[in-house]
Amino acid sequence: MAAEIGQFALIMALCAALVQGVFPFLGALKRDLALAAIGRSSALAQGALVAIAFAALTVSHAVSDFTVVNVVENSHSAKPFVYKLSGVWGNHEGSMLLWALILAGYGAALALTSRRKEPYLTANALAVQGLVAAAFLAFILFTSNPFERVFPGPADGMDLNPLLQDPGLAIHPPFLYLGYVGFSITFAYAIAGLLQKRIDADWARTVRPWALAAWVFLTIGIALGSWWAYYELGWGGFWAWDPVENASFMPWLAGTAFLHSVRVVEKRGVLKVWTVLLAILAFSLSLIGTFLVRSGVLTSVHAFAVDPARGVFILGILAAVIGGSLTLFAFRAGMLKAEATFDPVSREGAILLNNVFLVTACGTVFIGTFYPLFIDVISGERLSVGPPFFNATFLPLMALMLAILAPGAALAWKRAALKASVMRLWPALAAGGAVAAIAAWITWPKPIAAAAGAGLAIWVAGATLMDLAMRTKAFSLPLRDALTRARGLPRSYLGMILAHLGIAIVALGVLGAGVWRTETVALLHKGDEIKVGAFVARLVDVEELNGANYAAERAKFSISKDGRPIGDMAAERRFYPVRGMQTTEAAIRTTVAGDLYLTLGEQASQGAWAVRAYYNPLVLWLWVGAGVLALGGIVAANERTARKDQRVAELKGAQAAGAA
Amino acid sequence: MSRLIFLAPLVLFIVLGGYFAIGLTRDPARIPSVLIEKPLPEFDLPPIEGFEKGFASSDLKGEVALINVFASWCVACGIEHPMLMEIAAKEDVLIAGLDWKDPKGGGARWLAKNGNPYAFVGDDAQGRTAIDLGVTGAPETFVVDHAGRIRYKQIGPITPQIWRDTLKPLVEQLKSEGEAARD
Repeated sequence: MAAEIGQFALIMALCAALVQGVFPFLGALKRDLALAAIGRSSALAQGALVAIAFAALTVSHAVSDFTVVNVVENSHSAKPFVYKLSGVWGNHEGSMLLWALILAGYGAALALTSRRKEPYLTANALAVQGLVAAAFLAFILFTSNPFERVFPGPADGMDLNPLLQDPGLAIHPPFLYLGYVGFSITFAYAIAGLLQKRIDADWARTVRPWALAAWVFLTIGIALGSWWAYYELGWGGFWAWDPVENASFMPWLAGTAFLHSVRVVEKRGVLKVWTVLLAILAFSLSLIGTFLVRSGVLTSVHAFAVDPARGVFILGILAAVIGGSLTLFAFRAGMLKAEATFDPVSREGAILLNNVFLVTACGTVFIGTFYPLFIDVISGERLSVGPPFFNATFLPLMALMLAILAPGAALAWKRAALKASVMRLWPALAAGGAVAAIAAWITWPKPIAAAAGAGLAIWVAGATLMDLAMRTKAFSLPLRDALTRARGLPRSYLGMILAHLGIAIVALGVLGAGVWRTETVALLHKGDEIKVGAFVARLVDVEELNGANYAAERAKFSISKDGRPIGDMAAERRFYPVRGMQTTEAAIRTTVAGDLYLTLGEQASQGAWAVRAYYNPLVLWLWVGAGVLALGGIVAANERTARKDQRVAELKGAQAAGAA
Repeated sequence: MSRLIFLAPLVLFIVLGGYFAIGLTRDPARIPSVLIEKPLPEFDLPPIEGFEKGFASSDLKGEVALINVFASWCVACGIEHPMLMEIAAKEDVLIAGLDWKDPKGGGARWLAKNGNPYAFVGDDAQGRTAIDLGVTGAPETFVVDHAGRIRYKQIGPITPQIWRDTLKPLVEQLKSEGEAARD
């Protein structure tokens, strides 16, 4: 029953999306408020209908209804209940439905929050949202229907890919999709702005919170994915430059560039064409990300949905959305006029340079991801581009960007004095140099470039903190007064400070876990020891145990550091019989200085197991940094509204009166 | 002239889109196997429960054969199985089965329930031989020629269309190669 309700709701949602995609356009064209308002009601209706469809699929999974094909293929009666729920989006059909749900949710949120603001701009944006939603709902209904039935239903299901039966991966896709799909709003506003030939400060203020929300979700989503890869895939790394990882990273890079340039549009009325192009680029890359994962054009560990027929449909959507928007861009971009000029040495100039670095970095990731496909098309040869390519191209770009970040952020708008701005920050520069030298000495013979990178991270963090200190006069005023001043600073400024600190922290984590790690492999009998860094792990015992839907071997290690015992750790290797798959559950001991990471391999001969031990310095800071980044985005998105500003003004007035 | 630059993103997209479109027409499952054109690795697998004969690489000497990797836990194998039964009944080609990572007795129950298309069945409970063969999943089918060389690897179930368009012509070609070599 639930499946039929879901199917019906989905068809109705497609109808609502089509209405949403047509009438508001006409309303904006004819300047008819009543017609434009249809956008709001149809967006809310679409949101409710897709939510019903999603709830229906969730119910089918929750009660293990094995007459629904999607449940048969991705669930099993013995699967833990939480994973029955997360299994809803742990497969192609369900994840596309989640995509549509989030798209409809954003549409509904847009309809609810923008009641008074810019009725025609919002109407056009809602219509663009409606068309994108219609395309995706049609895709689901015609090629990936999650509500298909099978009669008679089998006795039990095929279980969910065990790699996906994990809390990290249960929450990772929703965040990623909230990010991907969030850029649909910036995209919709970019198209609406082009249609009305109006990209200005108001436009930028309307778009920025949406872009920030999408960016925050994407940041969290990518961090969760990398965290999951770190503890679940059992190879000790956090990022493999896998096409699916790249697919989420490219919109993040473009979105980051957009967040910077949209500020310039808001403050100075320049870089309009570029900003609009970035909005189109960010959402196009989100769509391509979906396309990459869902069509299996590039094979990777993630490509669990290999089906070219669906790929052709998505290619059609891509061609329509990207081709259509770029055509409109080609005709309208020339009509967007800059409202001011700026000197190359200025905040605008620095942001433009930052944008060039980010977009170039995005381009290198794109080439690295798609080059194998190009080669396949040209010569029929299959190859894959590995981490060496990305390390050689992406990392130097990021290093350059970090080098200019701190002085750039401290420059004044319009025209600035470069020398004075940099000289002011000399203590941070000195701290960076010192850290680089110390890091090179400690980590020798590891690459000097990594030590220089650590120096750059300290330079960024130091200069960012110094800028904050100068703004709050923390060096000259008592702490309490400085804090009061800090509270008075714009939220967007505080958000920027946090985000830049976050980037510096992430950079340290990347260096620690990526370059300074140590790794040992050994064949251990019970009682044998393996040594890594300052740690020694002794294999105490290996026992067999049974989980709900798997059988496992669990190895117990006792750990000592510098000869002193510090506790026990347990690593597992699980076998999921329904899928015939194995997973590793690494044993991880996390400290602020670094992680000790142990994995249990196959039993190589009688009573001997292959054990890998890693020491990953600073890896915790990778995720702490990502958290600080996301926090920065959240703070910046909560920019004071006019009312709050008024309250501050009143407070100041009261203070003045008190002083008199 | 300056307005032409706004066309650049569109042109770039059309070029990239063209590559995508061509790339899509290629089969993503066509992963080259390093073993293609190489001799079949040597193995001697024990019989599955209730069978007398196992399956060794030497059993195929001089024959054009299909080696089918299956398991009772593999759902796609159930989809493929009727096709294998039909090939065994109607066509002149030897089919050998490699029972991959099955629990004890699983393969035998599977064949008792669904029928046995195999001339030889070997029990690869540990998956050792499958590793030597470079098996990536089940079902998979290797085509071996009269000289004991692997000539083709089919990933995923053999559908009637795959049999008709790809495997049957290949098997016939290999048979004539074999006869030519004997003459």
